[in-house]
Amino acid sequence: MNKKGFGSRIVASPYILWAALFVIVPLIFIAYFAFTDPSGAFTFSNIMQIAKYKKAFGLSILYSVIATIITLLISYPMAYFMTKMKVSSQKMIMVIVMLPMWMNFLIRTYSWITILANKGLINTFLTSIGLHPVKLINTPGAVILGMVYDFIPYMILPIYTVMSKIDNSLLEAASDLGSNGFSRLRKVILPLSFPGVISGITMVFVPCVSTFYISQKLGGNKNLLIGDAIEYLFNSGPDFYNVASALSLVLMVMILICLFVMNYFTDSEEATVL
Amino acid sequence: MAKNNILELKDIYVSFDGEKVLDGLNLSIEDKEFITLLGPSGCGKTTTLRIIAGFLDPDKGDVFFDGEKFNGIPPHKRQVNTIFQRYALFPHLNVYENIAFGMRVKKRPEAEIKQEVTDLLRLVNLEGFEKRRISTLSGGQQQRVAIARAIANRPKVLLLDEPLAALDLKLRKDMQKELRNMQQKLGITFIFVTHDQEEALTMSDRVVVMDKGKIQQVGTPQDIYNEPKNAFVADFIGESNIVDGKMIEDYLVEIDGHNFKCLDAGFEKNEAVDVVIRPEDVDIVKPEDGEICGEVTSIAFLGVHYEIIVDICGFKWMIQTTDAANVGDKVGLIIEPDAIHIMKKSEYSGLYGDYSSYSDEIDQLSNPEETTEEAAHE
Repeated sequence: MNKKGFGSRIVASPYILWAALFVIVPLIFIAYFAFTDPSGAFTFSNIMQIAKYKKAFGLSILYSVIATIITLLISYPMAYFMTKMKVSSQKMIMVIVMLPMWMNFLIRTYSWITILANKGLINTFLTSIGLHPVKLINTPGAVILGMVYDFIPYMILPIYTVMSKIDNSLLEAASDLGSNGFSRLRKVILPLSFPGVISGITMVFVPCVSTFYISQKLGGNKNLLIGDAIEYLFNSGPDFYNVASALSLVLMVMILICLFVMNYFTDSEEATVL
Repeated sequence: MAKNNILELKDIYVSFDGEKVLDGLNLSIEDKEFITLLGPSGCGKTTTLRIIAGFLDPDKGDVFFDGEKFNGIPPHKRQVNTIFQRYALFPHLNVYENIAFGMRVKKRPEAEIKQEVTDLLRLVNLEGFEKRRISTLSGGQQQRVAIARAIANRPKVLLLDEPLAALDLKLRKDMQKELRNMQQKLGITFIFVTHDQEEALTMSDRVVVMDKGKIQQVGTPQDIYNEPKNAFVADFIGESNIVDGKMIEDYLVEIDGHNFKCLDAGFEKNEAVDVVIRPEDVDIVKPEDGEICGEVTSIAFLGVHYEIIVDICGFKWMIQTTDAANVGDKVGLIIEPDAIHIMKKSEYSGLYGDYSSYSDEIDQLSNPEETTEEAAHE
């Protein structure tokens, strides 16, 4: 037993070291900066300043919630229909879903600028057929579109994975007991794919809420999010590290709370229904 | 045909990827009977069940339920329920909700559902298990939940796809009896699929023996055992010696140069036939008293009786007897007329019913030298 414990500790040590160096230590730094002033004295003033960033926080959460809901509404039916297809088609669609992820995130976002810009692809097309151009770039819609486009694979993947593992005999049993297609979906597929939905929501909502690049490029100056504020402060020199850290810390705590709420839902789901 | 046929399958053909799975299957199933589809894996028995349940449409052929054509009706509109091989219980629902599933779909009132689930749990001996999660149940308990869930919808026909295969021997025997009792109590037609011939014989009113997508024989367990139609059925059901014979005339058959009286008639004169003799129907006597003679090549004590392999003109017979014998003994055999069953030659002739490989194995285990000598003789 002792030997095994020692051996596994040796094997695990690089990972523990890695986690300590690149996860724990930065977290301690953030907490330290958040509660000190530039001279290093303890203070709550950084945390107090967060009120100034209410709007950015609010927009971040609002846009992320909308983007997550849209992503879910697109991904769930897509994952469902994928599982109904031939295995070869499933694989091909999977590749198509993954393909954009192989391209650089910045390039993907930039390409939306050329599509949405005032003289971009869509408006050129609209004017060419005699319609008025529409303002697309620098709107909340453009930011949400960017979020949905960039993060949708993270929603499709977990839902598809969980759904494709549902035993076909369970669906046969449901129809054997009188369920039609819709009731099979509601009473069997939906509850059994719930864990995939939860992890999809988490994997989309968290990066959305802390994103900064999408909002800058597609949202103009009016739609700055909390990620943008943090980036701006860090770029403004060492004097602003403390406030920026405080914002990061609060954002992190918010995300943690969201995750706990999510976990509570999955756990209670299992406890009551299973 | 008869009016009380609940199900009729007519000329059913199914193939997967060009391979014939069901090859012109015709079967009538009577109301309230316990019928078993029996055969080796790949014989088409599960496919037949899936066609009745509605999970599969035949390439050709019709299914009639209560006299009405059943083709194309989806599973959820059929008055048929299935007990699946691995039970297929819903892991996200507890025992109560699993059993209530079908009634919920049918939107029956809550009080009625509650009463019904309670009654069903009593029927399958699982009172007090309502709130249990499926993953906390043993195989036998899951089996019972699956039964309760399937009969909660009051089907006219219950399909059982090897439901006992995953249980251990003792539990399997108990469940066989319970299923049989339940079937009689409920008065529902049971269509049971198994590859276990003993299970088929003990439980069924009628047995359908299948192989290669075709029905080989349909009959009561006694018919199937005593009057097998061909070498496949004779070999698949119980132990049997299947030897070549020649029908001299009605009621007289020649085996290994000796004429035996038998009870079979209706064959051509001198027609080549397969003769089935069950191991328990042969008497061992002194060589001079026997109708034919042979040499004992192996003997095994099985408690109730001995299992003796006797070499007669190069063909090895299995004989079950309470008389002991020794390897190398010359013995005579006596076969009563009613122990002889004559079958027409079929595609299965010569494939089954010889125990030479069987005896070789035993010889090699006990005395390898003798086997080589034996082999040289042959």
